[in-house]
Amino acid sequence: MELSDHLFRQEAGRMVATLTRAFGLHNLALAEDVVQDAFCRALEVWKLRGIPENPSAWLMKTAKNRAIDVLRRERTALTFAPDLGRLLQTEWTLTNAVEEIFDPTGIADDQLRMMFSCCHPRLSAPAQVMLVLQLVGGFGAREVASAFVSSPTAVEKRLSRSKKTLAESSVLFDIADAADFALRLPVVQRALYLIFSEGYHGASAHAVVRTDLCRESIRLVRLLAEHPLGAVPSTFALCALMYLDAARLPARLDAWGDLSSLFDQDRSRWDRAMIEQGRAWLERSATGTELSHYHVEAAIAAVHAAAPRFEDTDWAAIVALYDTLMQIAPSPVIALNRAIAVAQLRGPQNGLEAIDAVSGRDRLARYPFYYAARGELELRRKNNAIAREHFRTALALARNPIEQRFLKKRIDACARGAI
Amino acid sequence: MGDFLYLYRGGQRNPSPEQSQQIMQKWLAWMKELTVSGNLKDPGQPLELEGKVVKGKGGTVTDGPFAEAKDLVGGFTLVVADDLAHAAKLAGGCPILEVDGSVEVRPVMKMDM
Repeated sequence: MELSDHLFRQEAGRMVATLTRAFGLHNLALAEDVVQDAFCRALEVWKLRGIPENPSAWLMKTAKNRAIDVLRRERTALTFAPDLGRLLQTEWTLTNAVEEIFDPTGIADDQLRMMFSCCHPRLSAPAQVMLVLQLVGGFGAREVASAFVSSPTAVEKRLSRSKKTLAESSVLFDIADAADFALRLPVVQRALYLIFSEGYHGASAHAVVRTDLCRESIRLVRLLAEHPLGAVPSTFALCALMYLDAARLPARLDAWGDLSSLFDQDRSRWDRAMIEQGRAWLERSATGTELSHYHVEAAIAAVHAAAPRFEDTDWAAIVALYDTLMQIAPSPVIALNRAIAVAQLRGPQNGLEAIDAVSGRDRLARYPFYYAARGELELRRKNNAIAREHFRTALALARNPIEQRFLKKRIDACARGAI
Repeated sequence: MGDFLYLYRGGQRNPSPEQSQQIMQKWLAWMKELTVSGNLKDPGQPLELEGKVVKGKGGTVTDGPFAEAKDLVGGFTLVVADDLAHAAKLAGGCPILEVDGSVEVRPVMKMDM
């Protein structure tokens, strides 16, 4: 019996969600302890006796038994979730209530409840994202830290502060309340979008970490899309965007593990099946009146995916889409990307003018790809010396060795006078 | 040729799920290696970290053994090896060594001397 990839992590997310429903959100720490305990037992037993027939069921059952022990022992000492509290008071209702909570058909809903609870309005977006990764995604503090290029201690501190905010409420978010659901949905979507972006564009030097983040956000956005209240056009558009962008991941890092720009990616390495899925989600998203920035970003990714070669890219369509994006979700990074598209369509001079016109340009001062973009366009205008200065500035701001290697190659290109 | 008992102690405390999975993969690989080479006689059993110690003529029962978790035997495995040195060499591949644990290697006494 083999272990499937990330089995433990996925099960951890499921188990924490289910146990939190049993114990109440205010007993989140207890739920996490029980999960930790179940994993320690699994590790001890499986390493000698081998993987059981159904590892997920084994883990869940271990957690359930442990939960019953805890509830039995602590039912007078702890207060549990109000609607369950009564059921847990007597032995015969206790076992039944726990059985019901652990019913496998409820797992997806439990994870959604946890995901929505993590996106607490009093928490900042990064705090929400870290909570989702740990509590729903089963990432350890060290893995969260590696994803966000932070120290495990700092992440640990932040997580425990955020958990205190969650624990002020005893119940998980009620996903059956349509009005509350609709209100919190954009916050949840943004958290998933940020997890994906961190994986796709992020600063982590570990390709594995980044692929994991992309994969996890896709798994979670699908949970959202499969729930009747989450199945709205903006969710479908978010799905489309993730599939279409993630399809390019295998080509983003070349055979030497180096960053490869859209310009010279080996497009045969794009994941065709994911592109198809992305297109299908994009089609599903084209209903209703709401045009979210996810729609537009997915559409941009779809235009790239449709070009068999870089030079076949429909830059006019991409510039038009960026114009729309600037209307609904303007930001300096979006404006910079628009300027790069303008350069492709109307030449480097126009591109540089568009960069100069980016409002809030000072906010890009620490963004290496701002200087890299300028360098690229100067290089095309044969201003090699200026280009090299820009790439050097970018290099000084590079966030990891992959970016450093990429930018060093561009500096070399300036010396050669080639593009 | 003889039988040797591996006694496992310690190991990483509170690994993350992903770390647990990696540790698990390594154990699976190591056990498979011992099986393929014909050195695994019995994969053995894990032990709970609680217990009682019964001592003295009166059979006094106490909780114990009172040791830190890292000193407690967490499980055992029976292997076949050429000699003690060979058994110890095989134990050198045990994944518990990577996470601060140890393997005690003890020859099982033979009946036919």
